[in-house]
Amino acid sequence: MSGTDVLELTAAAAAAQVAAGTLAPHELFEAYRARAQADRDAGEQGLGCFTWVAPQDRGAGADAQRGPLGGVPLAVKDLFCTEGVPSQSGSRILEGYEPPYTATAVARLLEAGASLLAKTNQDEFAMGSSTENSAFGPTRNPWDRTRVPGGSSGGSAAAVAAGLAPWAIGTDTGGSIRQPAALCGVVGLKPTYGTVSRYGMIAFASSLDQAGPITRDVRDAALLLAHMVGRDGCDATSLQAPEAIALPSAQRLDGLVLGVPEELSGEGIERGVLDCFAAALQRAQQLGARVQSVHLPHAPHALSAYYVLAPAEASSNLARFDGVRYGMRAEGAEELLDMYTRTRHDGFGAEVKRRIMLGTYALSSGYYEAYYGAAQRVRTRISEDFRDAFGQVDLMLTPTAPTVAFELGAKTSDPLEMYLNDYCTVPMSLAGIPAISIPCGLSEGLPVGLQIAGPAFSENRLLDAAHALELAFAFDGSAARVR
Amino acid sequence: MARLARLELSDGEIEPMARELSAVLEHIARIKELDLSDVAPTSHVVEMTALLRADEVRASLPREVALAQAPAVSEDGFLVPSPQA
Repeated sequence: MSGTDVLELTAAAAAAQVAAGTLAPHELFEAYRARAQADRDAGEQGLGCFTWVAPQDRGAGADAQRGPLGGVPLAVKDLFCTEGVPSQSGSRILEGYEPPYTATAVARLLEAGASLLAKTNQDEFAMGSSTENSAFGPTRNPWDRTRVPGGSSGGSAAAVAAGLAPWAIGTDTGGSIRQPAALCGVVGLKPTYGTVSRYGMIAFASSLDQAGPITRDVRDAALLLAHMVGRDGCDATSLQAPEAIALPSAQRLDGLVLGVPEELSGEGIERGVLDCFAAALQRAQQLGARVQSVHLPHAPHALSAYYVLAPAEASSNLARFDGVRYGMRAEGAEELLDMYTRTRHDGFGAEVKRRIMLGTYALSSGYYEAYYGAAQRVRTRISEDFRDAFGQVDLMLTPTAPTVAFELGAKTSDPLEMYLNDYCTVPMSLAGIPAISIPCGLSEGLPVGLQIAGPAFSENRLLDAAHALELAFAFDGSAARVR
Repeated sequence: MARLARLELSDGEIEPMARELSAVLEHIARIKELDLSDVAPTSHVVEMTALLRADEVRASLPREVALAQAPAVSEDGFLVPSPQA
């Protein structure tokens, strides 16, 4: 099988060929390794997807059987601690850090036979929606290199879209898997909070952070997720989902009731995205689903609550970066406090500083109840809204992001404008429920994502619906592949 | 606030930071329009019972491994400047 043919395979198809003995895993790995390395070597002429590329296949013996994931190369977002491999969450402050242990999600995938291909670029500490806030420089969108790939898992999404990695994992706090998947025309799934262990993920906002797959199609997402989930003694918030993840096969949506939340499917969303969304709803009806309108009355307040809660948790989580135990330390400080503040000044980028300041303020004495307390109450209301709505419908559909991929630099000077990227994804994050983004068409030649959300632990239903819709959309992502 | 967050901001950084934070806080303040007096704050999003692992003695990270990533070490510990230099 020639190198280009290998690149046409989905990850699941490649794993099946390895299992059947018709594809040698080291050839598959080398084909992707060469492509990933070329992107890295190209510097600013490349897409900037990777922060590190494996020098060789660290998998078991060259052609040995490699478990259910068949030795298929995997790209991993930088913030997953990976033993002996640079892991700095896109930040200068962790320059040179090589963790002494591996994140549970990554360890499980490697045990199931995935081969570590590369670490991917991201917004610093996952704070951003464009992958421009990275110590490694920006990642570019393979559909149009003058545009952003979305973020914060932009390196993972761009790598999969460009065919520089067969599949990848990312993390999602307010939309950081789903939004870049939408902007790059790939599939991204944020599972129910707690289904994937957070152990070894460099923390942003612990009550929201959740790892998940970014893949070329829905079946690949299911296969990858199936080997990431499960209770982990190292993460007290991890849990065993009531049922195992199954590979989706549905081709119809008969009997399914799909809700369209009015608050997340009109105002603030650009025309081209709404047109694609309307066409997707028609497709769903043609496949046998009933589509009806629902209300999430508190959803318009989700972004406000999120921008209290996430920075508050971040200001606490990022207190550990002080130049003592790992990463960089500012030179020349003679006194301890001075060493802390100068290290944090030099090590953190502007967006991270902004959020630390915001979180410190929201948690400070005298403001705690007005901000943090109120935001936690809004969060309860949002969960109740979803519970009520899921009493009427099985799943919900919204556009994933309000716009298609925007130009590099277009929103960097206006934080609030950047935050609005998460308008449709943050409500599900606050409620801890699963949601998937699949490509549903093009607007101005750029991909548009459809978000499908369900109640907690409805991943199998979600994947089945996404699979049926994916077949109907027949989205062609080949234009984004690097030749 | 920067002191509380252990951040140093240069003179040139203070004005844009204040302006950007004010804009974000203005947006956030919209939640004050809601009547939340009878709502309980969220503690966990997914209902779960306390899951405890067995309390077993296990080896921790060897000292030299824990120290290997530090910017400065002295003998068996992390080296930092004096708090009262």
